[in-house]
Amino acid sequence: MEPRNEAMLIERIRRGELELFYELIRPYERRVFAAALAILRNEADAEDAAQEAVLKAFKHIRQFRAEARFSTWLIQIAVNEARMRRRKQQAVVMEPMVDQQDQDGQYTPRDFADWREIPSETLERAEVRQKLAEALNSLGQKYREVFILRDMQQLSIEDTAKTLGISVPSVKTRLLRARLMLRDLLAPGLGGSWSKTLSFAKGNKPW
Amino acid sequence: MVVRCAEVWQEISNYLDGEVDPGIRAAMEEHFRGCKHCTAILDGARNVVQLYGDERMLEVPAGFSQRLHRKLEEGMPRRKGSAFGWVMALGFAALLLLSFEVGNPSQSTAPDLRSDMARSAVHIPADLAVVAVADGKIFHVPGCRFIHDKDKLQAMTAGEALKEGYAPCVRCLKKYLSESQVGVRDQAQTAQLEEKDPE
Repeated sequence: MEPRNEAMLIERIRRGELELFYELIRPYERRVFAAALAILRNEADAEDAAQEAVLKAFKHIRQFRAEARFSTWLIQIAVNEARMRRRKQQAVVMEPMVDQQDQDGQYTPRDFADWREIPSETLERAEVRQKLAEALNSLGQKYREVFILRDMQQLSIEDTAKTLGISVPSVKTRLLRARLMLRDLLAPGLGGSWSKTLSFAKGNKPW
Repeated sequence: MVVRCAEVWQEISNYLDGEVDPGIRAAMEEHFRGCKHCTAILDGARNVVQLYGDERMLEVPAGFSQRLHRKLEEGMPRRKGSAFGWVMALGFAALLLLSFEVGNPSQSTAPDLRSDMARSAVHIPADLAVVAVADGKIFHVPGCRFIHDKDKLQAMTAGEALKEGYAPCVRCLKKYLSESQVGVRDQAQTAQLEEKDPE
């Protein structure tokens, strides 16, 4: 939605045309859910958090400042809501192994397989999407959050930092690790073993 | 400037985001030309960004949108609707009431009137002080000259009288009855009774 149209919609909602809120959030519903899922890693919990976040955005629409982007503000509410819920669950949630393996310091890639361009049609296949989701879920929380906001939600580095309450250098460091860890996790599959069951199987690769 | 593999790895993400100085960028590009490993890592990282940045990766469970809208509907304050919404709501309520009254006249919540000839009155203030005879059919403003049995009068409010099924006196309470409620027969009766008026 164009920023100008969005600003007009928000103004009309503030004046009392509340039903327009549905139109305002429609383009962002999936992103709100994805933000919550990144943190909670459970679809049911993420849906509850996403609903609550949208409801909070509606109730506090008057607090939204026009100089910010509505999508960023909405995602920030979703992240806060999901984080609050995660804190409540934290006693029973175990962080994955990848988190302990990646301490601060230099990152060394583990796989140097040649992995050229992947055609976007690959994502039509549910099993590929599933593999990508599994790889993402195996990342530690702090890397997953940054990666989802920056690379999936397309937030700027500054907005990602603001949303998560961390510094810009921290965003850059975590983003580097997230991207390279995902590359390490996916390269053997997308470049080799998974491809045996996929349309771009060895010998039929488009690259 | 010459950069080593380890230095390239640390800047690959910033390189993809266009966040490195021109000097470092040029040195990295020079490095990629001669290093297959670093080129493979760059390609892989770029693929990761492209694949995950695809809209198809933002899947939601079936029915998510509908459930979200339902939840939002529940959370919307009903009293703060737009003027248009209110007009629509009132119009709908009026239509509903009308259809209910037309379709189910016998279902009316008002009690049956004690007098077949009387008309009910909707414009009488409910707290108006009135009097009625215990076994009578009509209620009056105190002092009405058409009260027949003044010894058995009971004081009450108009609201109570209407609840009891008393009908308003078409003379002393005439100003509260609309023209449509005071029918031809009522007017005729009034005229007849006024002729018999002892005073």
